[in-house]
Amino acid sequence: MTDKPKNVVLDPLFNNNPIALQVLGICSALAITTKLETVIVMAVAVTVVLGLTNSAISLIRNHIPGSIRIIVQMTIIASMVIMVDLVLKAYAYNISKQLSIFVGLIITNCIIMGRAEAFAMSHPVGISFLDGIGNGLGYSTILIVVGVFRELLGSGRLHGQVILPLSTEGGWYVSNGLMLLPPSAFFIIGLYIWALRTWKKDQIERN
Amino acid sequence: MIESYLSIFFTAVFVENMALSFFLGMCTFIAVSKTVDTAIGLGIAVIAILTLTVPVNNLIYQYVLREDALVWAGIHGVDLSFLGLICYIGVIAAMVQILEMTMDKFFPALYNTMGIFLPLITVNCAILGGVLFMVERNYNFAESVVFGFGSGFGWAIAIVSLAGIREKLKYSNVPNGLKGLGITFITVGLMAMAFMAFSGIQL
Repeated sequence: MTDKPKNVVLDPLFNNNPIALQVLGICSALAITTKLETVIVMAVAVTVVLGLTNSAISLIRNHIPGSIRIIVQMTIIASMVIMVDLVLKAYAYNISKQLSIFVGLIITNCIIMGRAEAFAMSHPVGISFLDGIGNGLGYSTILIVVGVFRELLGSGRLHGQVILPLSTEGGWYVSNGLMLLPPSAFFIIGLYIWALRTWKKDQIERN
Repeated sequence: MIESYLSIFFTAVFVENMALSFFLGMCTFIAVSKTVDTAIGLGIAVIAILTLTVPVNNLIYQYVLREDALVWAGIHGVDLSFLGLICYIGVIAAMVQILEMTMDKFFPALYNTMGIFLPLITVNCAILGGVLFMVERNYNFAESVVFGFGSGFGWAIAIVSLAGIREKLKYSNVPNGLKGLGITFITVGLMAMAFMAFSGIQL
């Protein structure tokens, strides 16, 4: 891992993905991926919060005393999330209702805390911002893959448009009810990791 | 009276299990479940923190943040609920730090076994999730104690059983790319499906 701006943004997409390799930020990936619409809003929200908090924490990194750094980081993250929450409530009220407590839970989304701790605390502002955006994009890729599969197979639609006409509505496609239930997200992420690691062999775990 | 508390407890443990029905606290759930011993340590820590923070945040919500909550101090028409998230997370972070210092001072042996897990708990979304559910469902103080303990207990059961399964998985022949994280996801998916059996139960 080098600190070149291009690598910092692109590495998290596949080589060092926050969900598939670093095991960060899984909770929200499971709960809100039944529809592509909510997925996109959530992905944008997390990417924005990640970029902003990473740069804010990096700005004051030399002034934070080590013993209380977690509380300081949490406070910064919480203020950013409250901002995003209020913006969503103002401009996308229906979607913010569907996301319910998960917007608030971005605070404890460990991607944000993890990147603040692992990267922003030790790097200058510009590169930390890029790292935040990069990891946000890596998170978004997985969310979108899972969202596409679940919406397409579960309700035959993509972003609200009918792709596979359902048999209950006169079409031919018998929907797969499992895809609408949360456990299916685990299976899709598990299979995604399998595919990713068949492609990138160096990510395989020894035991 | 007792019945309603029992029903909150069992709903929190089984029907609305934090880990397997709401998928909260998944990151630590998957990252720290390699052996049963560490899973038990983390489970106990989560129970302790949830049982403490949910009631404390309940008091803060009832007497400071809620609309017209400051009437006891003679202030009317103030609604501070938009400050909720920042207060709850502050209380959680402070509680974790206090618990860490208390244990270091009075129970050094226990501290050494679960010390490293305590800071992790601050970012465990099961804790903040528990607090937000408490606010959403308007529990009173006693109910919030029961709910905090119950949801922590349910989370602990889930992580200990996952760790048990993963210890056995070491002996099975898993395809290369699926080893470790991949097979864990699939295992959790199956466990979650099993827990869905509880979902229709009304207590």
